[in-house]
Amino acid sequence: MIRHLLELEELGVEGIQAILQLTDRFVEVGERAIPKVPALRGKTVANMFFEDSTRTRLSFDVAAKRLSADVLTFSASSSSLNKGESIRDSVETLEAMGINAIVVRHGSSGVPQQITRWVNEGISVINAGDGWHAHPTQGLLDAYTVCEHFRGPAGPAASLQGLHVGLVGDILHSRVARSDIQAYTALGATVTLIAPATLLPADISTWPVRVSQDLDQVLPTLDVLGLLRVQKERMVEGSIGSIREYIEEFSLTQRRVKLLSDTAVITHPGPVVRGVEVTGSVLDEYPRVLKNRQVSNGVAVRMAVLFLLLGSGAELA
Amino acid sequence: MADRERRMTPPFGGVFVATSTVLDQAQVHRALTRISHEIIEKNRGLDNIVLVALQTGGAQVAEHIAQLLFEIEGVDVPTGTIDVALYRDDIGLRPVMPEAETTIPVDLTAKTVVLVDDVLFTGRTIRAALDALNDFGRPRAVQLAVVIDRGHRELPIRPDFVGKNLPTRREEVVDVNPEGVLLGVMRK
Repeated sequence: MIRHLLELEELGVEGIQAILQLTDRFVEVGERAIPKVPALRGKTVANMFFEDSTRTRLSFDVAAKRLSADVLTFSASSSSLNKGESIRDSVETLEAMGINAIVVRHGSSGVPQQITRWVNEGISVINAGDGWHAHPTQGLLDAYTVCEHFRGPAGPAASLQGLHVGLVGDILHSRVARSDIQAYTALGATVTLIAPATLLPADISTWPVRVSQDLDQVLPTLDVLGLLRVQKERMVEGSIGSIREYIEEFSLTQRRVKLLSDTAVITHPGPVVRGVEVTGSVLDEYPRVLKNRQVSNGVAVRMAVLFLLLGSGAELA
Repeated sequence: MADRERRMTPPFGGVFVATSTVLDQAQVHRALTRISHEIIEKNRGLDNIVLVALQTGGAQVAEHIAQLLFEIEGVDVPTGTIDVALYRDDIGLRPVMPEAETTIPVDLTAKTVVLVDDVLFTGRTIRAALDALNDFGRPRAVQLAVVIDRGHRELPIRPDFVGKNLPTRREEVVDVNPEGVLLGVMRK
């Protein structure tokens, strides 16, 4: 039985499918008149966010509350970290308050992993995004949303076999891209990355993906166009010539969106920077933008993860 | 036996070994026919009746009762299913069954809900179901129909409609399947 969720690799295909199947049930709970169940009554979930986040933090918050867990929110900007306390001491303080899970977001890769070495047995650590490394619940919710759109509820053996997914944008700095690639390819989809060479990682040849620099050429072949945010805060000077150059080559404009097939969908993990990765009006007018469905399903996926780690006593597949 | 009961009955993952037949297929049919008549009699017809089956063992029993009610009264009674895994008081002690769906076809407010299950044992599943029903409205009344009441109640819960009262030992297992009802034990 798994205790932590740090990255999707450790789940394997069957583990991913098991979570998506459980997500079906929490999507149903979310549609009820009273979308709350007592499954995690008496458990406490601590959100530790060392980096800005709106939707992921709120999503975990709602997910825990809909399972009747209590939620503590620890945000770095208003904590004793400012007084010089170490992460380890902060974690120990939370631990002493009797929590059952820590949801961690940090700007450095590997911090959630490190926290698993400090906490005692019985506390689960869930990675809510660490540096460039991984954002496993985002990968799961993106795969679930695409699966739901094309194939309906995930069921016991969710599959994206035969679908072509294109991820456009800053792959190098994107933990979302890394977790998306793992989730999509595990379920059988083909993934193509479209980005300037300077925004691709050096070891890209070892990834299970195709790579292209020509968005116009790839667009007509896609079933899913996954837009990524251009992450100014992680950008080192010189990695792209200029934002204007990037927009010219890789932004989803009104002209480019017409190259997509009649069934293709657009996903975006948010937050959207309108005018950079996508023209604002494209997002508002294109009929198959799954952005909001991603947010709704994100709550259900996180309920499934919290329930599996804290509540069910179940073996993962 | 429903797969869930098999997995949840100690020894977990054991094999069910039947020791005797309690009811055969025809006897189950007769018992459910009587229960159907009793449901109609007690409620003076089938107005505002909703059948809600407990996942997973109650599902096929509820379908059977719905079919009988249709044959007797010519009324299609709305039938739903409810999975109470998220409402149990022993969460964490049992594996969760992600494939057990909850589908409640109508708002339950002011309806008379007949909960349907295969076996009534400790009563804890029914307690969880009563909690779960509250989230779908406020029924006017809730009644309980079971094929087998095997005793060993741990809560003040009693059935309104019973196919057969079956005295059992605690460690025995009752298996209700489409061919009838068996009494047996789980062996590793």
